[in-house]
Amino acid sequence: MSVVLDAKIPEGPIEKKWDSHKFHMKLVNPANRRKHNIIVVGTGLAGAAAAASMGEMGYKVKAFCIQDSPRRAHSIAAQGGINAAKNYQNDGDSVYRLFYDTVKGGDFRAREANVYRLAQLSTEIIDQCVAQGVPFAREYGGLLDNRSFGGAQVSRTFYARGQTGQQLLLGAYSALMRQADKKTVEVLPRREMLDLVIVDGRARGIIVRNLITGEIETHAADAVVLATGGYGNVFYLSTNAMNSNATAAWRCYKRGAYFANPCFTQIHPTCIPVSGDYQSKLTLMSESLRNDGRVWVPKEKGDKRAPSQIPENERDYYLERIYPSFGNLVPRDVASRQAKFRVDEGRGVGTTGIAVYLDFKDAIQRLGKEAISEKYGNLFQMYAKIAGEDPYQVPMRIYPAVHYTMGGLWVDYNLQSTIPGLFVAGEANFSDHGANRLGASALMQGLADGYFIVPYSIGNYIGSEGSQIKPIDSNDGIFVSEKKNVSEGLDKLMKINGKRTVDDFHKELGQQVWENVGMSRSASGLKKVIGDIKSIKAEFWKDVKITGPKDYTNQELEKAGRVADFFELAELMAKDALTREESCGGHFREEHQTPENEAKRDDSNFCHVAAWEYKGAEEPIRHKEELKFDHVKLTSRSYK
Amino acid sequence: MSEIHKTMTIHLKIWRQKSPNDQGHFIEHTAKNVSEHMSFLELMDVVNQELILKGDDAIEFDHDCREGICGTCSMVINGNPHGPEKATTTCQLHMRKFKDGDHITVEPFRAKAFPVVKDLKVDRTAFDKIITSGGYVSVNTGSAQDANNIPIGKHTADLAFEVAACIGCGACVAACVNGSAALFTSAKVSHMALLPQGQAEREQRVLNMVRTMESLGFGNCSNTGACELSCPKEIPLESIARMNREFYCAEVKERPEKEIGGF
Repeated sequence: MSVVLDAKIPEGPIEKKWDSHKFHMKLVNPANRRKHNIIVVGTGLAGAAAAASMGEMGYKVKAFCIQDSPRRAHSIAAQGGINAAKNYQNDGDSVYRLFYDTVKGGDFRAREANVYRLAQLSTEIIDQCVAQGVPFAREYGGLLDNRSFGGAQVSRTFYARGQTGQQLLLGAYSALMRQADKKTVEVLPRREMLDLVIVDGRARGIIVRNLITGEIETHAADAVVLATGGYGNVFYLSTNAMNSNATAAWRCYKRGAYFANPCFTQIHPTCIPVSGDYQSKLTLMSESLRNDGRVWVPKEKGDKRAPSQIPENERDYYLERIYPSFGNLVPRDVASRQAKFRVDEGRGVGTTGIAVYLDFKDAIQRLGKEAISEKYGNLFQMYAKIAGEDPYQVPMRIYPAVHYTMGGLWVDYNLQSTIPGLFVAGEANFSDHGANRLGASALMQGLADGYFIVPYSIGNYIGSEGSQIKPIDSNDGIFVSEKKNVSEGLDKLMKINGKRTVDDFHKELGQQVWENVGMSRSASGLKKVIGDIKSIKAEFWKDVKITGPKDYTNQELEKAGRVADFFELAELMAKDALTREESCGGHFREEHQTPENEAKRDDSNFCHVAAWEYKGAEEPIRHKEELKFDHVKLTSRSYK
Repeated sequence: MSEIHKTMTIHLKIWRQKSPNDQGHFIEHTAKNVSEHMSFLELMDVVNQELILKGDDAIEFDHDCREGICGTCSMVINGNPHGPEKATTTCQLHMRKFKDGDHITVEPFRAKAFPVVKDLKVDRTAFDKIITSGGYVSVNTGSAQDANNIPIGKHTADLAFEVAACIGCGACVAACVNGSAALFTSAKVSHMALLPQGQAEREQRVLNMVRTMESLGFGNCSNTGACELSCPKEIPLESIARMNREFYCAEVKERPEKEIGGF
């Protein structure tokens, strides 16, 4: 039976919804807050910001992360910047325009009310970060500088060279450690969440493995905030960190949280191409480079000349040609797909032929090498190290790679999942980016959720339902049995003792998902891959080999648990892609395209969120949340 | 990319240690067909695959983003934290910097304050404790003024950025004969002391952070400069001079008047 998902969107005009909702929320008296324990899993932008803010408010918070320090969460690697509707550049920006651009950029598959609130909060985020001492780029007069990102015609992106994520995360981390100093937050690093504990239908705690001692620990709380990031590593090769994984979110799904739009994954257009089968990850080259870099391929198929030998009139600056008004700054899904088309046509460059050029020659001539280095120095340096070529001299070779997942656990306007007391923030939820995220919006969403939304929602939850949240002991009852289950699950993996490594299986899975649930999807490919994933998974459970101890630090065991979950998630992604009979944003179904190869949406049948309910051995159930567009008119996206 | 991938044979000597109290020892391993485009950690991945298939434990090492920004990877390669390449983390070190037939020794970061967990993995929580003692501006969520109300000259902002770029990897400690955390601590002290936002807590911050650093088993700084040379983010040595100055000024102010005398 399909249920109607209630997003709990507040009444009133869109500009007033958040303010009026905040007014109507229940509050918890400051003296009572210390009586409530909150668990936050993950210490990236969303998790660290939420834990720090709730600590400041007086709650007793436990913050968990898998890294050896909260400062290392993968938000740290975000390069280009963070959007905010400050209109400091006087170029016509506004909250409404950021809202509009984000809804349109997401190809009309996000919830208007959430996106509007995100745009509203964007300005407060910049204020907060500057107050913390985040060293954003500045102009000579001392005021903040901005640059442009894809899908927008204004300059609203704040940045700290190519290390914006690092600086924002270190800001949130410093706020978190300040609370650790004040003893309102206990930071528990090197812990991996392996299950969610539900008591009387509410999320009441988690089971974690201590990644040093191997001990299985139980932790109880009045509410759980999940901020564990996205699931891009299901593809094996992605721009995610090696340890980024979906396990915490997936185990919540298996405990009853619905998983929304799993097939909405973002393939980022500008990454350093794959060079060999030993490759462990892919490195992004920030979208900000498209401010000054021009994307091109040779007009001639199979042209093997060095780029400097190809004259101007034999080059195809295809983004500028096809999309004259946005040019190189079209949204990510569009830029990625066009790169794939060029490579599929045989116009790819480099030894593998699976790359296109991103050329800075004109910008260097126009602005000088120094100005380019000032803006992108660390990115150019990173490229030179990895590719072994100097991008000041030869154009970068780039190709799309998995970067971000718009899908995630379903949440309502309060960021609460379908399990009461389980809140989901940042990339781990599905809420704001629809079918395609615009550049510099992930940092904005992570911090909006963490600093400004989750702390209010938690207060409202405890304020209104606190009397039903009974005291519990993490050493008793269900915690004991769940702990035993988790431990037995690990035993099961260790005992297989087969002949293939975890990485070997992960690579095979990733290849299948990339080819069939990647930049381009078809019904036949999806049907086939569902079967293939099942058989690789069966093989994994028969033949994986994990060495090392269970009761001490063991990275192979950690990876095995994550890959086991990736198999199940991959299958759901393929099912979701198969049932969504349209193309939108990053989801491109070959059967649904315009004559110009653009994504063709089907608003009459698919203007909804697909939220999947776990049903054990049975097929999962697909529920719908209908999306209404009262402000941004449903039109076909055009960047021409 | 060169037209032909060059491959090479690399002779590795790798530190193995079961637990903090285990004495530890080196193993030798020869890696064949190593592509010049591999990163050093990808070489370690390949070695691990071979070990696992032989039934041995994989070599434990910390790593995560593999983009040189998270500060997770460590390793001392041929005596240098993060290896021989200037301004480069281990994950960004590529095999094209080595030659066919090279012998490479791989060890954990070694310092009293960074106990070995297993093999090449060490415990760096001491760094978090230093930050916890004062590496922040005390501003609660929601209490900030408009961002452009705090103008900061470009030069100052750039200087602050340069030190704020520290990734907290600990190479400075591993490189130091004294196992000092002065470069790490001074990077954060400098970041906050340079900016207007950091002024209110400027003195208490440096006192707390330096004292915490000293209590955690890090050695004293004797200005050898090895930290600056090994730093993948090129945090300048002058940060330590700034920290010392900040510390002395704050300490003098902190003393009761009678102790200083004559004032």
